[in-house]
Amino acid sequence: MRIDCPCCGPRGVAEFSYGGDGTLRRPDLATREAEPFSAYVYDRENPRGPHVELWHHIAGCRHWLRVTRNTLTHEILGVEMAGRFAGDAARIEGQGA
Amino acid sequence: MQKYSALSLLKNAFSGHRHWQPAWRKAEPKPAYDAIIVGGGGHGLSTAYYLAKEHGLTNIVVLEKGWLGSGNIGRNTTIVRSNYMLPDNNRFYEWSMKLWEGLSLDLNYNVMFSQRGVLNLAHTPAQLDDYARRGNSMRLEGIDAELLGPSEIAALVPGLDLSGSARFPVVGGLLQPRAGTARHDAVAWGYARAADARGVDIVENCEVTGFLREGERIVGVTTTRGEIRAPKVGVAVAGSTSQVLALAGVSRLPIESHVLQAFVSEPVKPILDGVVTFGAGHLYISQSDKGGLVFGGDIDKYNSYAQRGNLPVVEHVMSEVTAMLPFVSRLRLLRNWGGIMDMSMDGSPIIAPGPLPGLYLNAGWCYGGFKATPASGWCFAWTMAKDEPHPLNAPFTLDRFRNGASIDERGAGPYPKMH
Repeated sequence: MRIDCPCCGPRGVAEFSYGGDGTLRRPDLATREAEPFSAYVYDRENPRGPHVELWHHIAGCRHWLRVTRNTLTHEILGVEMAGRFAGDAARIEGQGA
Repeated sequence: MQKYSALSLLKNAFSGHRHWQPAWRKAEPKPAYDAIIVGGGGHGLSTAYYLAKEHGLTNIVVLEKGWLGSGNIGRNTTIVRSNYMLPDNNRFYEWSMKLWEGLSLDLNYNVMFSQRGVLNLAHTPAQLDDYARRGNSMRLEGIDAELLGPSEIAALVPGLDLSGSARFPVVGGLLQPRAGTARHDAVAWGYARAADARGVDIVENCEVTGFLREGERIVGVTTTRGEIRAPKVGVAVAGSTSQVLALAGVSRLPIESHVLQAFVSEPVKPILDGVVTFGAGHLYISQSDKGGLVFGGDIDKYNSYAQRGNLPVVEHVMSEVTAMLPFVSRLRLLRNWGGIMDMSMDGSPIIAPGPLPGLYLNAGWCYGGFKATPASGWCFAWTMAKDEPHPLNAPFTLDRFRNGASIDERGAGPYPKMH
């Protein structure tokens, strides 16, 4: 499996660290109910097919990437930067890539 | 059921082995049952067996999408152990161990359960302290555990690199003598045969395509072979849990599916007596009765349904095994394969009624599903029959995550790839 890093070009998967589901949005910190946080931390769609996920190019440019990958075939369908502020930016509505 | 014995073997040998009966019937699905079990793997089959044996529920069916034992029951590295630290895990897995100890007799099927011992190697004094703590925790639950020093380990595992110059020197280890291995396919076949003998229908090549509902309640399933109704539907489908429950409208669960690879070398003469695990990484290895070294390591650490992994993990596992047992570098790899693990958010399983009325869930097995097979089925059968969990599986609920009662053996946090 190779990920075509927008910064470094195609690199082996061993250079990357997996960051999990890339569609999750952390609830607003002013939220008082536990339920939205519990859902954010624990609940996953876990699709069999295209999956939007975060990868950290830990042994390369160290950018966080948002990758769309087919979990059944391992085919990579798209790669984009996940924003200037790494993993966190991706989780803030309107600021992530 | 034709009973297996030394006498029946002899009789059939003299008649050219032409009179053996099939181990289970090829059942046609009936339109209605008292209970349906989705998933004809180890856990589904053992659930059916214990429903029939312990709870007298024989009008039940096991539905399997492919053929029996085509999933993780035939893809694991066959290790059976109960060497956990948290009491909830210890009690559950020790009950499984006790069921394993009587399983071949109970099923009248040789599952080749071999209590050859599982030895966890420690490579630092801190790790040995941690093992001592876990061993004490086991002994408090009445489980056998022994802390070993290097000389005892040398006698037990001759091929180990115990030299001071080893990259990760061995300083000791934790042994569970009653742990060991079992023949994984035989477990599926043995449970299938014993459940069938009690009247359970086992239907292969029958994929569940949807759920029948009356209001909120699940009252049956639609399948590729027609509608089947039952007041109770149990789901035990490991890596496919999210897909099957999505058919019932449950779109999000505390589970991710990951691929775990396993390996077997060419067969060699007996060299490794028990199961040994490498403590400086994640590796477990044993030798099968055929002589092949069977081993595995970490999951690939990304969501996958592919039943095959990638090369970095292969390379990593090989470097671990050759660091621990240098002679393995001379062997050739015979096969490797992958299985899809239902990785839960705390590394512990879910055996519980719900998440909808009429539905029961058995999932989240991570790496631990094979050794749990008997207790998983036993507890799931209890839960389905009595509509409430047995005390052994009461902690393994689905809502423990949002209640803050997660059972995180490794203390790794809510990251499925870390368990």
